[in-house]
Amino acid sequence: MIGKLTVANLALIRGDRLLFRGLDFTLEAGQAISLVGRNGAGKTSLLRAIAGFLRPLEGTIAFEGDSGPLDPEDARSRGLHMAGHHDGLKSSRPAEAEFRFQALWTGASEAGIARARQALDLDVLFDLEVRKLSAGQRRRLSLGRLLASPRPLWLLDEPLAPLDADHRRTFGALMAEHLAGGGMILAAVHDPLPLQTDTLDLGGLGGLDEDEVEMDPFGEERP
Amino acid sequence: MSGFVVLLKRELAMAWNRGGGPAVALAFNVGAVTLLPLASGGSLDKLKLLAPGFSWVALALASLLSLERLFERDYEDGALDLLALGPAPLELVAAAKCLAQWICTGIPLALFAPVAATALGADPGLAPLTLACALIGGVGFAFVGGVGAAVSLGARAGGVLIAVIVLPLFTPLAIFGGGAIAGLAMGLDWTSGLLLLSAYSLFFVAIGPFAMAWACRNALS
Repeated sequence: MIGKLTVANLALIRGDRLLFRGLDFTLEAGQAISLVGRNGAGKTSLLRAIAGFLRPLEGTIAFEGDSGPLDPEDARSRGLHMAGHHDGLKSSRPAEAEFRFQALWTGASEAGIARARQALDLDVLFDLEVRKLSAGQRRRLSLGRLLASPRPLWLLDEPLAPLDADHRRTFGALMAEHLAGGGMILAAVHDPLPLQTDTLDLGGLGGLDEDEVEMDPFGEERP
Repeated sequence: MSGFVVLLKRELAMAWNRGGGPAVALAFNVGAVTLLPLASGGSLDKLKLLAPGFSWVALALASLLSLERLFERDYEDGALDLLALGPAPLELVAAAKCLAQWICTGIPLALFAPVAATALGADPGLAPLTLACALIGGVGFAFVGGVGAAVSLGARAGGVLIAVIVLPLFTPLAIFGGGAIAGLAMGLDWTSGLLLLSAYSLFFVAIGPFAMAWACRNALS
């Protein structure tokens, strides 16, 4: 299981735009990092790169377990959850079926599913079609799988944005519980999370101001 | 393995509802088979000759109908991210999708194929072979179609692109399947056509998932 994430000298591009370069940080068991930065600073891209969807321009992303380095593909397919606004819930399907699929597919047990239902108050949503859920209800449904199937690394993209105050507190407490159990959280946020986190600011990284961020990938500044 | 079963169940439920599911493909097929005699001038002899081949063409076109959404919906709503982070590799995910597509559209179309051919005037003795060819060819249609659907992920007018990619690859299926049935009708050897049809379908079952997984990873990045 993943016990440490190390990102070294990372550079990412989207299209022909350099998002950032020279990014170094580590995330260890029990630690949470809030990822901040302006819109378009590359927060979501960083999460997707860690999840293995984007190939870095340079640098490395490495996962370590208790007994040394882990195979990245293995670590990703067993050890991390990614939750963002594209939640993958099919609007024409019943909420319960979609939740159960997402949970079971990521390796949940029935006990885990029961726990998630109770913790996030999902039972009231189960009879509805996904399209009938509000944005906050939908988010609760998609966050449910994080509780249902235990995976140590959570990559969250604005996890609390659509939730009401009560559920923000609830999920904050659940995140704290996850950390206490040796979990790790990397969350892209604009509003601070309701728990103690370190902060990684992509907006002002490495002294790049906005003009310099518009470089092409080979480092030449544009006229 | 349990992951694969979970996925297959979901894919079956979705394929059954996708764009009307088997009902649309069947309606298309029934429509085509009904219109052919009206459009071809009502000569029964001519129709009898055309029937087996035409039922194949209708089958190939009908199996194109729901392909566009095979990967596209999961790609757009983020479900493909989730599928990529599951216990099974994307190759297996792609195979499950095509298998579900075959079960939900391929099999109903195959069951209808001998009925259509017979209704158009083909010899009822051809029905078993027509069914066998349609079942086996349907596997090929599903996996070839899956490759087209995955490769055109994220493209504008993806549906057109799928047709352009997939129809040439359907051609051997049409030739081998139609050839086997025509062979039997004329009292010639039909086994080689059936075997070639099976070989072509199996070939795509074997390599299709790798191509689809590669295309999905490419689309996700």
